[in-house]
Amino acid sequence: MAPLLEIKDLHAEIAGGRKIINGMNLTINPGEVHAIMGPNGAGKSTLSYVLSGKPGYEITGGEVLFRGVNLLELSPDERAAQGMFLCFQYPLEIPGVSNMAFLHTAVNSQRKKRGEVELTSPELVRKVRELGKTLGIDADMLKRPVNVGFSGGEKKRNETLQMMLLEPYLCVLDEADSGLDIDALKVVSNGVNALRSPERSMLVITHYQRLLDYIVPDVVHVFSAGRIVHSGGKELALELEATGYAQYQNEAA
Amino acid sequence: MAAVQDTVEQVRSIDVDQYKYGFETNIESEKAPKGLSEEVIRYISAKKDEPEWMLQWRLDAYSRWLTMQEPEWARVSYPPIDYQDLYYYSQPKKFKAPKSLDEVDPEILKTYEKLGIPLREQEILAGVEIPEGERPKIAVDAVFDSVSVATTFKEELKAAGVIFMPISEALREHPDLVKQYLGSVVPATDNYYATLNQAVFSDGSFVYIPPGVRCPMELSTYFRINEKNTGQFERTLIIADKGSYVSYLEGCTAPMRDENQLHAAVVELVALDDAEIKYSTVQNWYPGDAEGKGGIYNFVTKRGDCRGKNSKISWTQVETGSAITWKYPSCVLRGEGSSGEFYSIAISNGRQQVDSGTKMIHLGKNTTSRIISKGISAGKSNNTYRGLVSAHRKAAGARNFTNCDSLLIGDNCGAHTVPYIEAKNPTAQFEHEATTSKISEDMLFYCMQRGLSQEDAVALVVNGFVRDVLQQLPMEFAVEAQKLISISLEGSVG
Repeated sequence: MAPLLEIKDLHAEIAGGRKIINGMNLTINPGEVHAIMGPNGAGKSTLSYVLSGKPGYEITGGEVLFRGVNLLELSPDERAAQGMFLCFQYPLEIPGVSNMAFLHTAVNSQRKKRGEVELTSPELVRKVRELGKTLGIDADMLKRPVNVGFSGGEKKRNETLQMMLLEPYLCVLDEADSGLDIDALKVVSNGVNALRSPERSMLVITHYQRLLDYIVPDVVHVFSAGRIVHSGGKELALELEATGYAQYQNEAA
Repeated sequence: MAAVQDTVEQVRSIDVDQYKYGFETNIESEKAPKGLSEEVIRYISAKKDEPEWMLQWRLDAYSRWLTMQEPEWARVSYPPIDYQDLYYYSQPKKFKAPKSLDEVDPEILKTYEKLGIPLREQEILAGVEIPEGERPKIAVDAVFDSVSVATTFKEELKAAGVIFMPISEALREHPDLVKQYLGSVVPATDNYYATLNQAVFSDGSFVYIPPGVRCPMELSTYFRINEKNTGQFERTLIIADKGSYVSYLEGCTAPMRDENQLHAAVVELVALDDAEIKYSTVQNWYPGDAEGKGGIYNFVTKRGDCRGKNSKISWTQVETGSAITWKYPSCVLRGEGSSGEFYSIAISNGRQQVDSGTKMIHLGKNTTSRIISKGISAGKSNNTYRGLVSAHRKAAGARNFTNCDSLLIGDNCGAHTVPYIEAKNPTAQFEHEATTSKISEDMLFYCMQRGLSQEDAVALVVNGFVRDVLQQLPMEFAVEAQKLISISLEGSVG
């Protein structure tokens, strides 16, 4: 089975500045859920931005293959159309644009890029409403401008809705549990778990083990100073919770 | 800030190719002698077969104009205009007012066809997909250089009692109405360009809605400057008699040329008791090239007089064109309980300069006004909102709400807000809100991560930004305006 994502000796820095990713290697096969854990400032969020193509980062070495394609050559929207989804830690607000209109534009932009038939409004509305129900997203929330005035929980549920609708191959979840109370965490995790399938993989970036009780990973990596310094099974997360990251930080240094 | 870099690069690469209305119609024209003089004014007046009082009215304005100074307070700069180096009147050769569309020169018909303007009555504006049967009818007056070449739906409007015709024709057919109202809102003394217009204006539309009549369709005038070195000076007069309603739209385009062309129009609106006028503008004059060469100087005076009790005048404008825009559609709120509205989207790109806004003059009791202005600046353009809200001593209970938002795209453009507020009555309540923001890279990235191209992302964000105003446009024009916004920001980011 060909890997879904292969990161080989990746080096990246903030444009004109500090080096953040420092010789990282990672292979994710279809259907696997990988967790990346590490201390603040280890470069975890940067990793998610580099993978999704956010401007402002410079790749100084290595390569990333996604579904056999050189990911680093693609623009962010092309990566999205290839099936790369980033669940934002802090979703952006877009005043004046209704949530439903945004979803419609997003879905059809991707379908168009892939040469697929675009969804009609009624098809999309039906689909969005069904998915929304499972996440507790009502018609009012779909009418409101994207994320404007949403609570932390509403924003994360909205991210999950987008993810479910766009059906990506790789879901990168950046601190998906930040700002969530335990009930919202369950709703979001249920959404994510419903998406698990033999073709779809997840990269769960998190500080805390708590999220991994709900989204159970196949592999756990310790990320420190811009690369993976240790990997193990799901029990590694519990171990880290008890011992902290200090020993691995020393290892990296 | 790679995306901002891209944005800036793309803005730089914008060139005249993006102006899709820049073609020229090859048609022989007949012009007044070059320059401005009493003779030229007599020539124009004679061409129009005008009554003596009209000629005197023009000559009076001309002698005033000679003593006036060009205003310099706006935040725009341009080399001095040589008013003797212009043609003040141009009409297609062998032109006589056509009785039906079949008599209109086919070249002119083709021009409007290319512009997507429906001159045949079964047609509607190009690019708008509305199912047969639900299509709103739109009556069009088409002004080509200095003359009106066609007016549609005249008969159907006549049946409703509505007068919609070129102002030169109205002077012959309804001289009393014209005489009563012409210049009553924008007097000869008003300002440099309006006075110039009064001296040399060539054509424009005249609308009269009789008492109690709701005009059965949208009325619109489409202005086209074609001839070289020619100014367009049209004059529009709309009167809504007691209890009537009319919605009116104007559109404008011009060929691409290296030299600047002057457009100094005057629009006067009069609303009597309980009448309502909704006036929408989609202005897309040629803006000049990326280096600022060529383009229209759009120096326009638009004013509405809410003369009657509980009357209402609403201005909605989408301004994407012109090298320089200098216009302040205003409302004089004279009638008790009258209200004025101003909704504006002004987009500047390349080297465009915009100084635009409104004046809300509260004279009557319990008058209300509302101003929503959205300025978007990209490229190396400058975009200024200038607005006056004033309450006269007798304007007890006057209320105004103003909201001015500016959006900047890239690092080389400017947005400025210059509000003037004067309240001479202690019971007046004025509110003013203003924001300036830069289109956020993070917001664009968020959209792109969901699959939108950079251009689509910008168009989406900008359309969200201007939504409050777009909603004020008649539906079919909102669609057109939305497209226009995307086109004018193409490459700038969206």
